[in-house]
Amino acid sequence: MKERQPISTGSEWTFDLLERYDAEIARLAAEYGLDTYPNQIEVISSEQMMDAYASCGLPVYYHHWSFGKQYLSIEKHYKRGQMGLAYELVINSNPCIAYLLEENTMTMQALVIAHACYGHNSFFKNNYLFRTFTAADAIVDYLVFAKNYIAECEERYGVEAVEEILDSCHALMNYGVDRYRKPPALSLREERQRQQARAEYLQSQVNDLWRRTIPESRLRRETTGERFPPEPEENILYFIEKNAPLLEPWQREIVRIVRKIAQYLYPQRHTKVMNEGWATFWHYTLLNRLYDEGLVTDGFMLEFLETHTAVIAQPPFDHDFYTGINPYALGFAMFRDLKRICENPTDEDRRWFPEIAGQDWLETLDFAMRNFKDESFIAQYLSPRVIRDFHLFAVLDDDREDELEITAIHDEAGYQAIREKLSEQYNLGTLEPGIQVWSVDTRGDRSLTLRHFQHNRRPLADSTEEVLRHVHRLWGFTVRLETVDERGRVKWCYECG
Amino acid sequence: MSQIIDRRLNPKHKSAVNRQRFLRRFRKQIRKAVADAVDGRSVTDTDSGEQVTIPAKDLSEPVFQHGPGGRREIVHPGNKEFVTGDRIPRPEGGKGRGNRASNQGEGMDDFVFELSRDEFLEFFFEDLELPDLVKTRLAREVAHKSVPAGFSKDGIPPNLHVVRSLREAHARRIALTSGKRRRLRELEGQLAALRAEAASSHDIEALEREIELLKKRIAAVPFIDTVDLRYRNRIQVPKPTTQAVMFCLMDVSGSMDQYKKSLAKRFFLLLYLFLERNYERTDVVFIRHHTVAKEVDEQEFFYSRETGGTVVSSALELMRDIIRARYPSQDWNIYAAQASDGDNWPEDSGNCSRLLDEEILPYLQYYAYIEIDNDYPLGLWQEYEKVAARWPNFAMQAIDTPADIYPVFRELFRKKGVDR
Repeated sequence: MKERQPISTGSEWTFDLLERYDAEIARLAAEYGLDTYPNQIEVISSEQMMDAYASCGLPVYYHHWSFGKQYLSIEKHYKRGQMGLAYELVINSNPCIAYLLEENTMTMQALVIAHACYGHNSFFKNNYLFRTFTAADAIVDYLVFAKNYIAECEERYGVEAVEEILDSCHALMNYGVDRYRKPPALSLREERQRQQARAEYLQSQVNDLWRRTIPESRLRRETTGERFPPEPEENILYFIEKNAPLLEPWQREIVRIVRKIAQYLYPQRHTKVMNEGWATFWHYTLLNRLYDEGLVTDGFMLEFLETHTAVIAQPPFDHDFYTGINPYALGFAMFRDLKRICENPTDEDRRWFPEIAGQDWLETLDFAMRNFKDESFIAQYLSPRVIRDFHLFAVLDDDREDELEITAIHDEAGYQAIREKLSEQYNLGTLEPGIQVWSVDTRGDRSLTLRHFQHNRRPLADSTEEVLRHVHRLWGFTVRLETVDERGRVKWCYECG
Repeated sequence: MSQIIDRRLNPKHKSAVNRQRFLRRFRKQIRKAVADAVDGRSVTDTDSGEQVTIPAKDLSEPVFQHGPGGRREIVHPGNKEFVTGDRIPRPEGGKGRGNRASNQGEGMDDFVFELSRDEFLEFFFEDLELPDLVKTRLAREVAHKSVPAGFSKDGIPPNLHVVRSLREAHARRIALTSGKRRRLRELEGQLAALRAEAASSHDIEALEREIELLKKRIAAVPFIDTVDLRYRNRIQVPKPTTQAVMFCLMDVSGSMDQYKKSLAKRFFLLLYLFLERNYERTDVVFIRHHTVAKEVDEQEFFYSRETGGTVVSSALELMRDIIRARYPSQDWNIYAAQASDGDNWPEDSGNCSRLLDEEILPYLQYYAYIEIDNDYPLGLWQEYEKVAARWPNFAMQAIDTPADIYPVFRELFRKKGVDR
């Protein structure tokens, strides 16, 4: 074994040391073929970290009271010591911006650099969802544009008027994304140029739509049978931006801004397990390599392992601290297990994963990282070994039954079922109620009808009526929400207007 | 290649605007919380912020989500004894295990956060409808001024005092070399004597060597050293250098209910704020009275109830006695604030105005009187109106709401404002 020549021995960090650690980690990452955006590492104070937190981790964001609320609650918990701040925050942009907290020790900074600047960074650059749905080159510019535009609107139309629109848009943010279409790329300059033209064009389109709505005879209306929209629309904010009859051009632009940001954040909600698992896998691998090469001390390693263990802790379901499955734990376990299957496959692995058992692990992991999201990643790669290690079991909660039923556990008969059920658990399509724009009464009272397609008889929460009031504010006329059961019958109807 | 940037010096509080937005949006709730806080806290406690609680439902941001019910299957980790097909009773209320991982957690706790002192005062002032000038004067932190305070051994280069430093250096040189110089003079005398006697060259050489050595040692003492440096020293002293005492007088007879006391409390608090900003030290004396007056602590002052008649002069007499005993007017600025619902023993009012005229007002900076809820002015009000006409430092006002309080002090704030 080589003699140890550690980069540093104390726990204090300096900018020189950051650079040297970064250079070493970058060298190892390149050896493993991690493909990353250039890094921009920024050291910030705890207040700045709280600021960044409060605005969804975005480096620039428009002003809104809800971010203030977020900040106050973070500040309270932090000051009372009920919560530590995240050690890092990383932004999916090009260059990839990573924040390091100044209070971190040298070990923590190195861990964060490996985790964020090489783990998350390579995931952002290569995962298909991020490639399809986000424009890392343009996001910071776009956020600047959005912030300035909204500030301008506030000056021109009043803080309250802007706040109302934003409140309503935020309520529908999860329904402001294209799930299948690839959105056009963002570019600040074009965005600015197009914004003016778009405002005029949109308004004329809307006028056109409604001009044809001069009352006609009921007979005529029934015979034409024309529907609007011709197909149901899942992107409610998009539909409102393009078709709401009463919105001013600036209001449409704000709807668009919220929609674009929702679209940017959308892949993150789909890849929590994968993204964190990938980053955790790589900080673990890279720092262990540093140790093997004698570049860090035993003390460094002990501190790192303590933190790492805390990050991937998974309390059992009956534990006081249990809040669901820890995405770091599950993701890390799955990527490690993939590597194991490639390197040391058992008979069971050969049966379950004939195509990867014994293959090159780097290629296998790279392929998995690029082409999946949580749902499909689990459906594809959750191995019996991980299911056993986690002691996973499935519980059926049916309101028609008096008791809960255990439907599968970590045994031979249950592996496949657990895998499917856990995968379903990460399917945003079933986690969130499926609600689409169904129709608009273009020839009558201009009312908007949304449809909630019920899945497994699950009803909507009490907040529904409040959200409908927001939809009504944007649409301007009566808004209806119909709950449709699996056989296509309308079971319930909310109305606001 | 990575780029490493130090952002720590960038402005903090990017979220300050968001915080303001939040406060603005929940103005109503926060005002109520501040009003409650004023009732709950001490008159003299004006330097802290306040914890504000807003019901969680008021600040929820609704989104479409699933409610409880229907059929769902959830995967959990950490199975210990379950096997497939086990049936277990549903935890109480349909919540618990099966539900805990859901996104509609039990997070319906009320939202609690801290208002800073400035924000607290802003809401408090808003209630009182104070003019802006007054607000800024009251909200200001105690001003300090920087005054010369001799010299110190450490400081920053611009404060270096050259003459002092050189004098120190000179003194040090004298101290370190005087013994050697004395010896040198002696040796030089001996040398001259030896030369005159034409003594042996050996002795002369020895003397010359010793002289040489001494001269070297003297030359080795540095002309100026870091220990010689002296800097001008400045210290911060608080600007107000005087002291004030504030008398709070309140009628606690049965007719003063909690609402009236709460109004009175704002009145006292405002005067206290004013005094606290203008004087280095402010004492507060609480006197409550019905037919007899008594000096009490704040808790008893605001929260205990008495019944019975009202003799206002008893409080004025007690105040006079306390002034004589503890607060000589040459040392203290004396302010008094009296709150009452106007009730008084009919024969007593004349007594009051005599006491004020002769024994109290000549020694006072300011006397403010509020009468709460006086639909028909009684004897005391009429008597006080006469006093007000005679004394410029006597102010009175009938109030119904907190917004009526400020005019009582208008004169006080205006006068001091112009002085500035």
